[in-house]
Amino acid sequence: MTALLEVKNLTKAFVGLVAVNDVSFSLQAGRITALIGPNGAGKTTCFNLVAGALRPTAGQVLFEGCSLEREPPEAVCRMGIARTFQIVRPMKDMSVLENAMVGAFSWSTNVKEARDKAYESLETVGLAGKANARTDQLTLPDRKMLEMAKALSTRPKLLLLDEVMAGLRPTESAGVVGVLHRLAEDGLTILLVEHVMRIVMEVASTVVVLHHGAKIAEGKPSEVVTDPAVLESYLGAGFHA
Amino acid sequence: MQRTSDQVSDAKRWGAGALVFAALAVVGGMSNAYVISLLTIVLLFTFMGQSWNLMLGIGGQLSIGHALFIGIGAYAVAILNIKYGVTPWIGLLLGAVIAGFVGAVLAWLSFRFEVRGIYFALLTIAAAEFARIMFGGWDYVGGMQGLFYQAPGGTMDLGMLRGDARFYYFVALALAAIGIAGTELISRSYWGYVWRAMRDDDEAARALGVRTFRHKVLVVSISAATAAIGGGVLGLVQGAIFPDSIMGMAISVDVLIGPVVGGLGTAFGPLVGSMAAIPLHHAMGALGDSLGLPGLNSVAYGAVLILVVWFLPDGIWPAIVRLYGAIQLPARGRISQLRKVEE
Repeated sequence: MTALLEVKNLTKAFVGLVAVNDVSFSLQAGRITALIGPNGAGKTTCFNLVAGALRPTAGQVLFEGCSLEREPPEAVCRMGIARTFQIVRPMKDMSVLENAMVGAFSWSTNVKEARDKAYESLETVGLAGKANARTDQLTLPDRKMLEMAKALSTRPKLLLLDEVMAGLRPTESAGVVGVLHRLAEDGLTILLVEHVMRIVMEVASTVVVLHHGAKIAEGKPSEVVTDPAVLESYLGAGFHA
Repeated sequence: MQRTSDQVSDAKRWGAGALVFAALAVVGGMSNAYVISLLTIVLLFTFMGQSWNLMLGIGGQLSIGHALFIGIGAYAVAILNIKYGVTPWIGLLLGAVIAGFVGAVLAWLSFRFEVRGIYFALLTIAAAEFARIMFGGWDYVGGMQGLFYQAPGGTMDLGMLRGDARFYYFVALALAAIGIAGTELISRSYWGYVWRAMRDDDEAARALGVRTFRHKVLVVSISAATAAIGGGVLGLVQGAIFPDSIMGMAISVDVLIGPVVGGLGTAFGPLVGSMAAIPLHHAMGALGDSLGLPGLNSVAYGAVLILVVWFLPDGIWPAIVRLYGAIQLPARGRISQLRKVEE
C-alpha cells in the first residue's frame, strides 16, 4: 500500500492556541479518508495546512514525496491537490460552465480544451444540464456540486473536501455519496472533513479523529466509533459503548 | 457582466459592432469640424476607457491614476517627434513599452507587499501625481510650459501620423474598434477567464491553480501599455501637451467615467458611456461659460454618475442588452420549447 500524502508531526500554533498539535497520518492512494472530530478540534486548520492556505508552525506535509508545506495554494493545486471551500465560493459573475473552466486552466491554456474538461466535470457531479445558468440561480446542493466540479477540472490526484455535506438534506447528501464512490472507483484519493457521522461511516475507508488539535484515534470507521477516547471526546466522560 | 454574452449570440454581436462602426465612419465623412473633433475625443476616451476597463472590469484591479500611463505615452511620442523628428509610430511603441514596464513594476511592488484594492488605487494616484510634478519640473521635456507639435500642414501623412481633424477622427475610430474587439477577444481567451476568476474571488481562484500574482501584474501592465497608446494619439490630436492636463487627476477621472457609466467589464460599455458623458461634459462647459457659471460641466459629470449608479448600477450598456433580451424573450422561449421536444 502506497501513501499518496503523508502528514508528519504537523503543528499549527495561533496566538494563544495550538490548533493542530503534532498530528501525523497518511492517505492511501485511491481511498477515501475522513477527518472528523468535535467542533474546534482543528479539522479545518489541518485541512488548510494541507491545501497550502496556511503555513504550519512545525511538521511536514509530503505529497508523492515532495514537501509542500511552504508552497502557496496555487502551487499545491498545480501539484495535483484540489480543494473545496466549506462556504461555497462560486465566481458570481461567471456562468456555471465558466466556473468549472477555471480549474482546467491550471493545466491548459486552450479554451476549447478547458470547456470540454469543464463539461466532463459538470457531468460527473450531475450539473451538465445547468452549464449555462448563473451561479446565483443554483440551489445550495448544486452549489456544493459546483465546488466539486471546479476542483475536478484541475485533474487532481487528491481531492480535499471541506464539509461538502453540511447543510444538505439526507436525500441530497446521498447524491454526493454516490459521486464520491464513483470518483474513488476511478482511482481518485479523497480526504474529507465531515461532521455528518452517518456519511463518514458510509464512504470512508479510514477515519482520523482529532480532538483539541491532537489525533486521538485512527482506523476503520467501525473501530473508531467504539473507541472509548472518541466517545469521550464527542459525548463527554462516562459514556462507554 | 457575462450576461451580455449569454443573451446575444456571437455573430449578432460582431455584426452589430461592425454596423455601429460603419455608421460612425459615415458620420465622420459628413459632420462638421466641431462634431468631428468632439467625436474624436469620445473615441479616444473609448479606447483609453477600454484599457482601464480591462484592468478593473475584467482583472479586478482599480486604478485612479491612469493619467500616469496616458502621460508616458503622450510624452514618448512628443519628445521623439518634436525633438528628434522620429515618427509617432515609434513613439507609440516605445511609450507602450515604457508604460507597460512602469505598470508592471508598480503592480509587482504593490502586490508583492500586499497593497491591494483601494490601497493599490491610492498608490496609482500617488504615482501619477509624482510623475506630473516630476515632468513639470523637468526642463528637457518642457517643464510646465509643455511641448508643442508643429501645426499640421493640412496634408495627410500616415507615416508621420499627421493630418487634419477628419484624419484623426478615423485614427481614433480605428483605435476604438481595436479596443472593443480586443476586449471582446481577451475576455474570451485564457487570460479573460483567469482574470475574471481572480476578480470575483482571489482566494478561490488561487485554490484552482490560478497564479493570481503574475496575472495581476500582467493585466496592469497590458492596461498601462494600451493607455499609453491612447495618450500618444491624444497628444497628437491636441497639438500640445502639458503635465497638468495630460498627467492630471482630471484625465484619470475622465478615463473611468466612460466604462463606469457605460458598463464595467463589457466590450461596448466604454463607447456608450463616453458617448453619453463627454458631449454632455462639453455642452455643459459651453453652457456654463455663457451663463458665467464655471464648473457646470463638473456638476453635470457628478449628476450623471449619481443617476447611473442609482438607476443603472450595471451601467447603460447592460441595461440596453437586458431590454433587447426582454423583447427577444418570447421567440427564445419558443425555441427552447422546441429543443425540449426534440430531446
